[in-house]
Amino acid sequence: MPDSVLHRPLELSPDVSVRPEPFGALLYSFGTRRLSFLKDRRLLDVVQALATSDTAQQACASAGVAPESLPAFDAALSRLLRTGLLVERAA
Amino acid sequence: MTTAVPLVEHFALGLDAPICLTWELTYACNLACAHCLSSSGRRDPRELSTDECKAVIDELQRMQVFYVNIGGGEPTVRSDFWELLDYATSHDVGVKFSTNGIKVDAEAARRIAANSYVDIQISLDGATADVNDAVRGVGSYDTAVRALGHLHDAGVRPKLSVVCTRQNLGQLDEFKALADRYGAQLRLTRLRPSGRGADVWDELHPTADQQRELYDWLVANGEDVLTGDSFFHLAAYGESLPGLNLCGAGRVVCLIDPVGDVYACPFAIADQFHAGNVRSEGGFAKVWRESPLFLELREPQSGGACASCDAYDACRGGCMAAKFFTGLPLDGPDPECVKGFGELALSKVEPGTAPRTTVDHSHKGGVRGGPVLVPLSLRRPDKPCDESPVSREVFA
Repeated sequence: MPDSVLHRPLELSPDVSVRPEPFGALLYSFGTRRLSFLKDRRLLDVVQALATSDTAQQACASAGVAPESLPAFDAALSRLLRTGLLVERAA
Repeated sequence: MTTAVPLVEHFALGLDAPICLTWELTYACNLACAHCLSSSGRRDPRELSTDECKAVIDELQRMQVFYVNIGGGEPTVRSDFWELLDYATSHDVGVKFSTNGIKVDAEAARRIAANSYVDIQISLDGATADVNDAVRGVGSYDTAVRALGHLHDAGVRPKLSVVCTRQNLGQLDEFKALADRYGAQLRLTRLRPSGRGADVWDELHPTADQQRELYDWLVANGEDVLTGDSFFHLAAYGESLPGLNLCGAGRVVCLIDPVGDVYACPFAIADQFHAGNVRSEGGFAKVWRESPLFLELREPQSGGACASCDAYDACRGGCMAAKFFTGLPLDGPDPECVKGFGELALSKVEPGTAPRTTVDHSHKGGVRGGPVLVPLSLRRPDKPCDESPVSREVFA
């Protein structure tokens, strides 16, 4: 999958504030002033694990994402990267 | 998994903390706008002190409230306004504040430009001085435009915030042009019959035809124009406007007033919507999480008289405050229901029986250059009860 972001080192944008909620999380970007939602608690776990993981895939693994679920998480992380909520960490 | 689809069902049942809230810092105001939602004018001697305000900000930081919409009154007349603004943004609480521009000089504009966590909204209710000053007072147009100029010079992209009225809805394109001229983003909000707005609502609220034109204009202009989720009752026309499209009162938003009283929403300053006070034990968090009023608002709503309407899923019965202050039952149609059920319901309300707020800080005797509505009345009332019996006295 050429557009996969799983091999990349990602992190939350420094502009973004994350608030866990029972349904997942609210994300507010102070850069764009936009509110976004994570509709899945595990995706929140993945996002929170990014900072201490070398790659997005490693973050998924440490959040307990099963291999068959990886494509869905890959797609979700791609969207978060595209909208600027996640950024690529400098190596 | 991530989605732009609003999680309306979760939000309707309430969150552990508001997404944002409105915080009126003072009831003091240099103006005496005819339609002031908070009946502002005079400072309340019980106003929260600087330290009390900072304690509220600390609490909002702990609750991870993303930002506060600061208003008043005119918030910038508080001598500690800039101190509180800096305190909030250095404690992870973003600030959007509304002002008539009275204190926005070149230095203030530079200060705002330097803080990326601050948004400023300049209030203007006419694209021309005659239309604006008739409701906001003589000179208020010039004050607002001068502020826009200073902000533009400092490189700030302010919001130009307009309460839509019968008198200014024909000026939407002029508002857009004015906003563009100063690099501002246009923000349109709905007139509510709250505070002094109750006195002039009959005369100022848009006609049914104007509502339709406004809706079409908003759909055409999309996300370029902000609405603060103000017009969700118009979703009943078909397509939803950008935003959460629900009444967030006590569920995802609320109001803290200048004396620390917490109300369900900024348009609902009345005992019936009073949830508690931030000065009480447990502070704001306890009010938000435990007040019986808020818990009740988070219960699933039945839809009442609107339940059988095919538009109910879109508009959800409209605005609670608009119903309350026009004397309509809360589980019935909005007074500006696009299907016309509101007008029908209003015709059955005995004139003068709509509930009134007891919280009134209006200037006694008005202010110099204060608004004079009479010349602006563009049409005769359809019938005598269309005009509030007290609307004239306010401007005497």
